[in-house]
Amino acid sequence: MKLLTGPAPHIHENISTRRIMLDVLIALTPSAILAVLMWGWYMLLLEIGSMAFAEFLEFFVMRVFRKKKDFVPDLSASVTALLLVFNVPAGISWWTMASGILVAIIIGKEIFGGIGNNPFNPALVGRLFMYISFPVAMITWPQVNWLHFWTPAYDVATTATPLGEAKLHGVAAATQLFHGLTWNSFLGLIPGSAGETSALLLIIGFLYLWWRKIVSYEIPLAYIGTTFVLSALFWFANPSAYYDPVTSILLGGLMLGALFMATDPVTSPVTPLGKWIFGIGAGVITVLIRYIGAYPEGVNFAIILMNALVPFINQFTKRRVFGTVKENG
Amino acid sequence: MLVWRFKGGVHPPTKKLAKDSSIENLKASKRYSLFVAQNSGNPPKLLVQAGSEVKTGQKIAEADGFVSVPLHSPVTGKVVEIKKEKHPVTGRPADVVVIERTGEDEWVKLSAKPYTEYTPDEIKKRVAEAGIVGLGGATFPTHVKLSPSKKVDTVILNGAECEPYLTIDQRMMVEHPDEICKGGVAIAKAVGAAKIFVGIEENKPDAIESMKKAGSAFGIEVVALPTKYPQGSEKHLIYAITKKQVPSGGLPMDVGVVVDNVSTARAIYRALEFGEPLIERGLTLTGEGVKNQKNVIARIGTPVSDLLDYAEVSVESARVILGGPMTGIALESLEIGISKGTSGITVLPEEIVKKPAETNCIRCYRCVEACPTNLEPYLLYKMFKKKMFNEMKEEHLMDCIECGSCAYVCPANIDHVKAFKTAKLVVRTLGRR
Repeated sequence: MKLLTGPAPHIHENISTRRIMLDVLIALTPSAILAVLMWGWYMLLLEIGSMAFAEFLEFFVMRVFRKKKDFVPDLSASVTALLLVFNVPAGISWWTMASGILVAIIIGKEIFGGIGNNPFNPALVGRLFMYISFPVAMITWPQVNWLHFWTPAYDVATTATPLGEAKLHGVAAATQLFHGLTWNSFLGLIPGSAGETSALLLIIGFLYLWWRKIVSYEIPLAYIGTTFVLSALFWFANPSAYYDPVTSILLGGLMLGALFMATDPVTSPVTPLGKWIFGIGAGVITVLIRYIGAYPEGVNFAIILMNALVPFINQFTKRRVFGTVKENG
Repeated sequence: MLVWRFKGGVHPPTKKLAKDSSIENLKASKRYSLFVAQNSGNPPKLLVQAGSEVKTGQKIAEADGFVSVPLHSPVTGKVVEIKKEKHPVTGRPADVVVIERTGEDEWVKLSAKPYTEYTPDEIKKRVAEAGIVGLGGATFPTHVKLSPSKKVDTVILNGAECEPYLTIDQRMMVEHPDEICKGGVAIAKAVGAAKIFVGIEENKPDAIESMKKAGSAFGIEVVALPTKYPQGSEKHLIYAITKKQVPSGGLPMDVGVVVDNVSTARAIYRALEFGEPLIERGLTLTGEGVKNQKNVIARIGTPVSDLLDYAEVSVESARVILGGPMTGIALESLEIGISKGTSGITVLPEEIVKKPAETNCIRCYRCVEACPTNLEPYLLYKMFKKKMFNEMKEEHLMDCIECGSCAYVCPANIDHVKAFKTAKLVVRTLGRR
């Protein structure tokens, strides 16, 4: 018999980074399909093309610059790419999209040393770059064009979004424009960024990840809960000027952000208490930007800002080490 | 009874393949090879040389100081060689006594009387003379545990056996519950404790039932513990039963508790009642790599190769592990003999142990969740890579119990425990300067 050696433990749970990333992609698939149903083949092209481009970039960096001959893609680049596509209007030009992917992968991730070393969520870095560099394209939303597969999203008439319209003309005007807003934003049949519209599908995806024990519930619960409570305060104070709290948490990028972007393990705290703080902080910033700041939506900024605080949060939310208590009882 | 669940831990498949195999006595080997250093603390001083004739139970090395125990010959025979061999635990060359068996056992036993007639001091003395160490694997001299410098009111017998595959403690509790209980009574008498508990994981109902039946006559309380690794860790076992946390860097006696493995308790009883020094122990021969899943009693020093012949290896390439899969040590040679701390030999074929290369940590927090001591293994490992040993110490490196839960759940295939063991050595060495 050939004797094998290696350190303990000699058994290992059947889990890998690639498997985790694959699970995230699986969780995002329902929303990806809905986006294609609403915005046709061009949407599909953006999704597939972006993932392929992102994987290519990472492969190139690892093999050529880092000279890692045995590098095998772990699908994390695909996750970043798909999340970025979900965060932009469906009619975005392919080269704008490509520039966003380039920034997300290279600036957002690779220059820090690749997966695990990036302080900010790479997809949000990419989106922020696009938002600043292509401000018009990033707020030009095509109407929902249900089941017209062959009509490209860039040919579809454009429209306002519920949050944008409320910012410009007030909530009353917005609710007139979008009938049955609460229910439709839950289902996803409203204009918005490609993958953020359906709270229902995003929640289903999240529950899958939770069941697979890939994510924990603290950040989404804290984030959405805080947004709900603060929105309720604004709404109680002046119901005609603000959306009700239920609609507030269903609109914009909150669900996508809270369920899939803020929960990125690399850029969020590690302890349960830290996760609560992270989520609450993101919720506060989101509501402040939405209702007091200049932008209609604040999820992107909120998460990036909280990302920056993660090292501090980790530092101050350490758990008590077993046996380091004075009193026993 | 209320049981306190510790936070963290993991649930590896328990794979108690040998749980229904009765304990068998292994037939004698030709040669026995004994590491002189079998206990933690000071290794004993050798009393024999090549050519010495020895009898079964004869002392061949004597204790060197208080935290040390003597070593006894497992058979009647002749010392053929004293050589250096790589010690599987320390990885450094260590003295090995090779004894060739020449015939049937001619016993040299210690004096004997009914175990109840020993005074506390006599118990401690006997346990030391018999060379008894913690048989769970830590091999800490038991008489030292029985001489606490603080008031102890509780004895806990550790029958958790949370390590996957291993079943010897379970079988001991099923087959020899009386001897274990009597050993427990002796321990309690030695330390002056009033209360005796036995902690057993729920996945061993036969052992729980057997110990309950035997224990009731001695006022011993059996506690069924949740099946969660590492429930058998001394500190977590104490917490489960008493809710007391052994202070960081402290010992069980700091919370008034002494913990001994159930097999150790049995060895104590036998040393008292029959005057038997510790020359044999029970162990499990198991794993997907062997045909016969066995629990055996073997003499200390029995070559691993003889044990594997008995269990019949059925695979081409495997890790042969001294102990269980979570904390055991993969052997580089099968010619070494088992020692007092060997609770099993687990043979795991290549397809079970193979693991892809390490990738970047993605801070998925699985290790943080899994750590039963509430450490942050991802952070410790990051510090380790930057050689920040002082910072690691501040992050409670020394509280790590090396259970392997973090490495077990890591999606990036990081060998945390290997790193932490190295770091602990560095910290200890730096501390000594």
